[in-house]
Amino acid sequence: MLDSFTEVLNENGLITGFAIVGITMLISYILSDKLTKGRLNGSAIAIIIGLILAYLGGISTGGEKGLADIQMFSGIGLMGGGMLRDFAIVATAFEADFRELKNAGWAGVISLFAGLIISFIIGVVIALTFGYTDPVDLTTIGAGTATYIVGPVTGTAIGASSEVIALSVAAGLVKSVLTMIGTPLVAKYISLDNPRTALVFGGLMGTTSGVSAGLAATDIKLVPYGAMTATFFTGLGVLLCPSVLFIATKAIFG
Amino acid sequence: MIIYGVALLAICMLAGTLIGEWLGIAIGLDVNVGGVGIAMLILVVLVNSLKQRGKLDKDSQKGLSFWGGMYIPIVVAMAAQQNVAGAIKGGPMAILAGVVTVIICFAAVPILSNIGKGKGSIESFDNEKIDAGGFK
Repeated sequence: MLDSFTEVLNENGLITGFAIVGITMLISYILSDKLTKGRLNGSAIAIIIGLILAYLGGISTGGEKGLADIQMFSGIGLMGGGMLRDFAIVATAFEADFRELKNAGWAGVISLFAGLIISFIIGVVIALTFGYTDPVDLTTIGAGTATYIVGPVTGTAIGASSEVIALSVAAGLVKSVLTMIGTPLVAKYISLDNPRTALVFGGLMGTTSGVSAGLAATDIKLVPYGAMTATFFTGLGVLLCPSVLFIATKAIFG
Repeated sequence: MIIYGVALLAICMLAGTLIGEWLGIAIGLDVNVGGVGIAMLILVVLVNSLKQRGKLDKDSQKGLSFWGGMYIPIVVAMAAQQNVAGAIKGGPMAILAGVVTVIICFAAVPILSNIGKGKGSIESFDNEKIDAGGFK
């Protein structure tokens, strides 16, 4: 009986994913309504539950893909993987207003550069206070603080040790998870309620997963604007970190 | 038909991703530069012009809005497969770097979102008129 149950779930991974996420959403919206009287958005709660499940999955399997490493839940990996995620992000642009994009375009571009450089500098400064002095290590950790993709790409390009690369990935992951959880909580205080601010927000934070989940938990209408700038961040980071920013770090600390 | 909308979305995503790949090659890196963002821009422009010419019927729009509506559930699934355990295992330096960056970037949002405000945007145009009229 139980065997055939798990077998059905295993063989229909993506469908199992739809069912599990649907039930999670249902529970989250009920919790949002009953416990917080709707003040904490149901999707914010669903994302937090998702992260908790990811943590439990991670410590029980020792893998890197959270809940998706448990075979029964591997469909979650497909559902929330890069392909469908990007497809759904592009679909949100259907509701976007072209005029808003044109108006805030420059603010978005500036925020991309500002966000990248701010993250990089903070990463470098914190690495310094923890005793790292080698420009390769500093650059890799700074790049990881930008996003968990920029870190390893930069580290590999400039020859960092795998230990430092792992640290840079961890810094980027912390940033991504915190952006998911923190965005709905601070949205009110940073006036994150209009397309222009969402564009700037996406450029500053940069982490596509963090921004897309954070905005989804705040106001779905803001998603296309923030997601659009955020998707340029990693490209810019991979371009600037191993080149200009590495040279600058070397000149200062080399 | 619903599939027309889904196909339009798919073609935009493929086109954007391809351009992103080309941009990556152009700057000598094996990464996709803004592919999703470019796909979104293509979709916004196409939907705009198709709608104006009345070429995007209700059913085709359903194919687009369905996937837009699946966005949050997909994001929840994405959250469930993040390497949260790895983030925590990274130790105090990784956690501190992440926390400080997020706080400072959050704080920078209102400052930067004021940049370039008032260049042809509708609300600020109205504000300028009111200011000029002395209603402050």
